[in-house]
Amino acid sequence: MEEASRISRYLYTVIVLFVIWLFLTSSLDPQELIIGALFSLIVAALTYEVFTEKGLANLHPKRIAYAVAYVPYFLWAMIMANLDVAYRVLHPKRPINPGIVECKTVLRNNVGKLTLANSITLTPGTITLDVKGDRYFIHWIDVKDATVEGASENITKPFEKFLKVIFE
Amino acid sequence: MIAEIVGEFLVLFGTIFYFLSSLGLIRMPDVYNRMQTATKSATLGSLGVIIGVGIWAIGYVGSYAWLPKTLVIAVFLLLTNPISAHALIRAAYKSGIPLWEGSIVDKYGEYLKKEKEASEETKEGEQ
Repeated sequence: MEEASRISRYLYTVIVLFVIWLFLTSSLDPQELIIGALFSLIVAALTYEVFTEKGLANLHPKRIAYAVAYVPYFLWAMIMANLDVAYRVLHPKRPINPGIVECKTVLRNNVGKLTLANSITLTPGTITLDVKGDRYFIHWIDVKDATVEGASENITKPFEKFLKVIFE
Repeated sequence: MIAEIVGEFLVLFGTIFYFLSSLGLIRMPDVYNRMQTATKSATLGSLGVIIGVGIWAIGYVGSYAWLPKTLVIAVFLLLTNPISAHALIRAAYKSGIPLWEGSIVDKYGEYLKKEKEASEETKEGEQ
């Protein structure tokens, strides 16, 4: 994927930093806004090269809509994951069946891969052990299917349909 | 009033998952399964407690300034916690801690072995 222009990457970094500043100060006082804008301009000038590759293209409405839809989907998966953990911890027989499986992903973008790895770690019974290229090595607490295809079907597929739109 | 009840409920919800997380540390057999319970339940527990405090403050202190700050903390936790878990579990594997004897497959071990053999072969080929 080719990189976006420097200006668009710079502006995107400024916007993200400024939004974080707004949340941190939680006040709309003009003095605070001016200082926040100044500091986001300075910090963005220093860091935009490592922060983003695509710049303002990240703010495409379709991407934002998918990202917003992804949040409740992900939180729901996370709550299910915790109920699953609760069941395994509290059950007297401790019904675990662990193993390390391999998955393949269709994502090419590094940030997308990172998000997928984080999502895998926080959802039912799986934790990312290592990523090599497009192969994920995942510790699965309850192995249902040890083959590469089956594991991908169970673990990565549900998230990929969102992450493909958000990051690719 | 409602905000207070919702906040209290969220804090209770979070502490229950904190409890389950620490119980999981005792009951699980090896480091990998312990990481499972420790990361997942601790992350959701923290989210519940932190956001719960923000919502509680609306009703109890009457201040809306807490909620955005707690949201920022919650998002940072959500983004960083799985990465630390990944670093820990990978370091555990690399330092040679064995899997639990009930484990079924170890694709990562097979992969590392294959890669090692491949690199040895290329070395021999060079000589």
